[in-house]
Amino acid sequence: MRTFYGVELNNRLLLGTAQYPSPAILAEAVRAAGVEVVTVSLRRESAEQRDGQAFWRLIRELGVRVLPNTAGCHTVKEAVTTAQMAREVFDTPWIKLEVIGEDDSLQPDLFGLVEAAAILTAEGFQVFPYTTEDLVAAGRLLDAGCEVLMPWGAPIGSGLGLNNLYGLRSLRAHFPDVPLVVDAGIGLPSHAAAAMELGYDAVLLNTAVAKAGDPAAMAAAFSEAVAAGRKARAADPMEPRDMAAPSTPVLGKAFLG
Amino acid sequence: MRIVLNGKAREVREARLDALLEELGYAGAKVATAVNGDFIARNLRERTRLNDGDRVEVIAPMQGG
Repeated sequence: MRTFYGVELNNRLLLGTAQYPSPAILAEAVRAAGVEVVTVSLRRESAEQRDGQAFWRLIRELGVRVLPNTAGCHTVKEAVTTAQMAREVFDTPWIKLEVIGEDDSLQPDLFGLVEAAAILTAEGFQVFPYTTEDLVAAGRLLDAGCEVLMPWGAPIGSGLGLNNLYGLRSLRAHFPDVPLVVDAGIGLPSHAAAAMELGYDAVLLNTAVAKAGDPAAMAAAFSEAVAAGRKARAADPMEPRDMAAPSTPVLGKAFLG
Repeated sequence: MRIVLNGKAREVREARLDALLEELGYAGAKVATAVNGDFIARNLRERTRLNDGDRVEVIAPMQGG
């Protein structure tokens, strides 16, 4: 059984908490999907506004596990410091490690990612690295102590789905024992189902739910798609073939010609 | 003393990080701190003295993906 640093999740949809029309709608989406893990972040707090305090109360009320991220960090130092701050604020060793290398695609800087992952693992963090489907980087991240990998489906917020099916499939095949999460780029429940059918262990998404016309309904749809994809994977799907093969037996067919 | 708090220059009285947080109105808030880019854990705030021109970051939970 592949777990997330020893944690078993029934619901394999991990949901981001940003960009919802209101905190109430975020809460509704989390509840509608029965989500067990949400991603959160850190930003400068104003002593007057105290927005962060209100947000934290909301998350506590939802009773979900949090996966803090290092979103927006471009250097190893920034990402490591952010992770250290996140651990104190959220009181969890979990960290979704992002080290952004390129601004148009928000592609991870794999070199910085490996370096930061090694530092954080040594400090006792349980790192969920936001990576690509690159096999060599995946190996290095595992060597650095990561026990979960989170390759992108497509660039963050693009909603393009699974851009590199071959890459995702080979990552799954190369690391059969490693928990894998498709993180980012998912636009539709069918994309999420496809990721699970490939044998991925979970799907992490945010924009596709937050920016839907009805976020709660979309969250529920994603949750069902993830569950369906997981069930299908466990049921061992048929192999595709190029030629037709009649599903109705020909034997015993009446001669009516 | 003049520090840079969350990117903005600001005149403050207290030179100890824990006292500074009180002065600025963060008492009881769930925040983490960094000084000049280095994380300062909660239990080290008391021992952290600030100097003129220091960059202090006070951060809190926020929505994220």
